[in-house]
Amino acid sequence: MNQQTTPAIKASLPGNSTELNLADEKECLQVNNLNLFYSEKQALKDINLVIPEKRVTAFIGPSGCGKSTLLRSINRMNDLVDGVRIEGSITLHGDNIYDRDVDVSALRRRVGMVFQRPNPFPKSIYENVAYGLRLQGINKRHILDERVEWALKSAALWDEVSNRLHESALGMSGGQQQRLVIARSIAIKPEVLLLDEPASALDPISTLKIEELIYELKSDYTIVIVTHNMQQAARVSDYTAFMYMGDLIEFGSTDKLFTNPEKKQTEDYITGRYG
Amino acid sequence: MNDHISQQFNAELEQVKNQVMIMGGLVEQHVQNACQALEEGNTALAEEVIEEDYKVNSLEVSIDEQCTHIIARRQPTAGDLRLVMMIVKTITDLERIGDEACKVARMALALAELGSSKKQYFEIRHIGNHVTKMLRSALDAFARTDTESAFRTAAEDQVVDKEYEGVMRQLITHMMEDPRSIQPSMNVIWAARALERIGDHSKNICEYVIYLVKGRDVRHVSLEEMKQEVL
Repeated sequence: MNQQTTPAIKASLPGNSTELNLADEKECLQVNNLNLFYSEKQALKDINLVIPEKRVTAFIGPSGCGKSTLLRSINRMNDLVDGVRIEGSITLHGDNIYDRDVDVSALRRRVGMVFQRPNPFPKSIYENVAYGLRLQGINKRHILDERVEWALKSAALWDEVSNRLHESALGMSGGQQQRLVIARSIAIKPEVLLLDEPASALDPISTLKIEELIYELKSDYTIVIVTHNMQQAARVSDYTAFMYMGDLIEFGSTDKLFTNPEKKQTEDYITGRYG
Repeated sequence: MNDHISQQFNAELEQVKNQVMIMGGLVEQHVQNACQALEEGNTALAEEVIEEDYKVNSLEVSIDEQCTHIIARRQPTAGDLRLVMMIVKTITDLERIGDEACKVARMALALAELGSSKKQYFEIRHIGNHVTKMLRSALDAFARTDTESAFRTAAEDQVVDKEYEGVMRQLITHMMEDPRSIQPSMNVIWAARALERIGDHSKNICEYVIYLVKGRDVRHVSLEEMKQEVL
């Protein structure tokens, strides 16, 4: 009589671990030797990093470490800063987004971004979500209706607003506004979603709702999130990059980085010893 | 437990809890098989128990790791924290129970080799059945977070201890009467001792269940005090 080996037991046996491994991932973004200067000051120092597709990647580190700068480089938000100089490349599915002939607004359709403070337009909830679609020239009512509903459902907001779609977005709570902004970003179906401190202005429950939303969205989008809140990075991300003074110190699976980091510097930061 | 805003957190806790139940079921079966092997002189079954112990060990390691990840990533609090803490302790006891089952199986092999009469093992059949039942009740109490049943099961340990003393007395008499029975009797004593330890580990699990539900640590307190915490 041989005892059966259930899948759970099999999975627990050595060598059958289901832990995430960068080597098994599909590449979405690749950052190559990226250096970024604000006038004289170097904000990013020779960053090399592969961001995997349909995963959540978090950038953590103390203020001024360059995590937001790196995030903004991914949809060329830094181009707008005076005196900025960028060397190296970032490729999105193989295309260098810093090539001369890249249309930045086309890039930003592929790479959406959500900021720290919710920034809905002073329009109705419906028009906020439809905005990007109209810009793309989509004006057919039934297509817009369908996409708005889909985006609001994806952003876990539909049930709360379906009966007041034509009221002003400014009457919503902060947490709802932030989910609206996420709905607006995904309405145009980007490939990548960049989130810059998306929950830092929200209360704990709204924060958890945003985190749950991030988890839901990762089956369709590659998500990159910058957060001051280490615990948030631990909760939501699959991979974490720790940055310090413009250097990428460590990058790896979140489970590994938060339980057994390779570098002393990472350990000191995540255990609250400096930073 | 299933109403966190984070569905993923729910799923992680649910999964780790399920794995504890799977590990418990496996250990329970090992104890049962070891007792049966001893009773029937079934060496194949005894060897199987010893061989299969690696599964229990690897479940312990894997559940431990999952708990570490939950603590690192979710910072569980209150009932969630107690659940993770009690799981970490429970699997240590379950793993030890697995080891005790191996000891019983090894004694079964040794006794079979001595070719001694099977009637001696009858004395420990009772204690074997008793601790198997205790282990099952402890796991049930965990699955249903039932503190009353946990308390009743923990109280059983005293009875098991009495049974163990009885077995000891009987075997000592045996050995004094007939020195040739010393070697097999010693083996039976080791097996009885292992079974008695399984009762202790099962009691520990019951205490963790009470800690999980009531938030009160009832280790190292009298049964009377434990009863007051539960009721």
